[in-house]
Amino acid sequence: MEIGPYLMLASLEGAVTAAVLALTAVGLSLVFGVMRVVNVAHGEFFMLGAVLAWWVTGLIGGHPALGFAMALVLVPVLVAGIAVAADMTILKRIAYDPERTIVATIGILYIIQQVTLMTYGPEARPVTPPFNTRLALPWVEFADGAPRLYWPWGLSTTSYKLGVIAAAGGVLVGVWALMARTRIGLLMRATQLDRDMALAFGIPVERVYALVFGIGAGLAALAAVLIVPIQQAHYLMGGDPLLLSFIVVIIGGLGSLPGTVLAAVLIGLSDGIISVFFSPTLAKILATLLVALVLVFRPQGLFGARPR
Amino acid sequence: MLELDGINVAYGKAQVLRDVSLSVAPGEILCLLGRNGAGKTTTMKAIMGLLPLMSGRVVVNGTAVSDLPAHKVPAVGVGYVPQGRRLFGELTVAQNLEIGLRVRRGGPEVLDGVLALFPRLAERWSQRAQTLSGGEQQMLATARALCLQPSVLLLDEPTEGLQPSMIEAIRQVITVMRDRGVAVLLVEQRVDAVLSVADRVAFIENGRNLETLPAEALRADHAIVERHLGV
Repeated sequence: MEIGPYLMLASLEGAVTAAVLALTAVGLSLVFGVMRVVNVAHGEFFMLGAVLAWWVTGLIGGHPALGFAMALVLVPVLVAGIAVAADMTILKRIAYDPERTIVATIGILYIIQQVTLMTYGPEARPVTPPFNTRLALPWVEFADGAPRLYWPWGLSTTSYKLGVIAAAGGVLVGVWALMARTRIGLLMRATQLDRDMALAFGIPVERVYALVFGIGAGLAALAAVLIVPIQQAHYLMGGDPLLLSFIVVIIGGLGSLPGTVLAAVLIGLSDGIISVFFSPTLAKILATLLVALVLVFRPQGLFGARPR
Repeated sequence: MLELDGINVAYGKAQVLRDVSLSVAPGEILCLLGRNGAGKTTTMKAIMGLLPLMSGRVVVNGTAVSDLPAHKVPAVGVGYVPQGRRLFGELTVAQNLEIGLRVRRGGPEVLDGVLALFPRLAERWSQRAQTLSGGEQQMLATARALCLQPSVLLLDEPTEGLQPSMIEAIRQVITVMRDRGVAVLLVEQRVDAVLSVADRVAFIENGRNLETLPAEALRADHAIVERHLGV
């Protein structure tokens, strides 16, 4: 078989990674952008999303789609609630001081991870996808000088993977609409631009912070619910999304949502393609190298605003 | 009515304001004069609740705003035009004003009243604030504060870096607000600009009150200003 079909398959796998990564990274970017704090526990909110998705789908019998739909709605809200509680009880008390917040969120990371180990256990557990039809993919070949479609053996994806990409796209449009078109989005952007002036114009900054922290964690959890039918839930699964999200957020520009989404697509796709043709390790090496180059030559990220 | 009653403020361990007391009556412009670093901007931030008070009280229209969290202070009726304008630069003119209107749920009639004072802003309606000229930015910063229908207006060097026609426009708006019964606290570097609008002048030095005099006295005897500011 020629290289084209492989490339298409690798791009599709990469697109799934990119979709989930974009959601997770946008959550991290939102928290950094508005609150100016680095949330090291972000990956654990992702893991919590996957584990809770397993728990919720287990509680509800019947068709897998029913349990999954419940998980899709309930889990992000649950995780957002946990994040809001962590914000109000911990981050607010240390006044969102950047250094102390890093240490505090490392603490939150271990608490969430170990509590999950003690309750959920060390096993990796699958979640049944709500729908999972195998879709054979066509490729074009030239026979007798005319293009013709054919279905190479093994070239396929599943309807669920396409569903993940579509759902992530939909959620990202929703986040954009929230930020650009709603009253609460306006307050969030004003807080991001100038915290003191936001206070001087009556914006309840602490409540905005709690909300943003909740939305950020909820997005990570939502990404995890989407990926868990493909990847399985495990208490240590938060590490990779955290690292990749940081890579994406740094490349895209801290606090820039369009930059974050674009960088997620770039990293996700290249990760998929390089993993298929070379090795997953090379993909991580190249992504990390790209971060180093961005930090050296364009520290504000590809789309970040220069500090004024 | 704005009253500061013996406020003490520190940045960390460095105390900046020591027992500062002021009062501004409705329909009066009180100008705060002092050298750089005397504590003028700190006084404004302390009134807004952006800096914690070590002791003392700030009272606006009978409400002790120093007991409120910072985001509740503007709703009592305090409009703040900070030094350097501090607009929400990436937001449009309309959105900046919307944030001002939100504070006290002002309706379209409030907005129309403000735009009547600054017709130029209506022409720039959906332009981003950071793309405006310096004078327009100052208009927007002032309009944003007026959108909350303030009974107390704090202006921190509103004419800094503006051309004379803009300075005149801002000055006129300040006097209009005074005539409508707003208590205006003005920080200004240029003494001549102060003397042309102020009703009273309060001198501060090293974070302490010096004397507070009617502007008339200063206009009559310029030596007082030179004595306090060393100009």
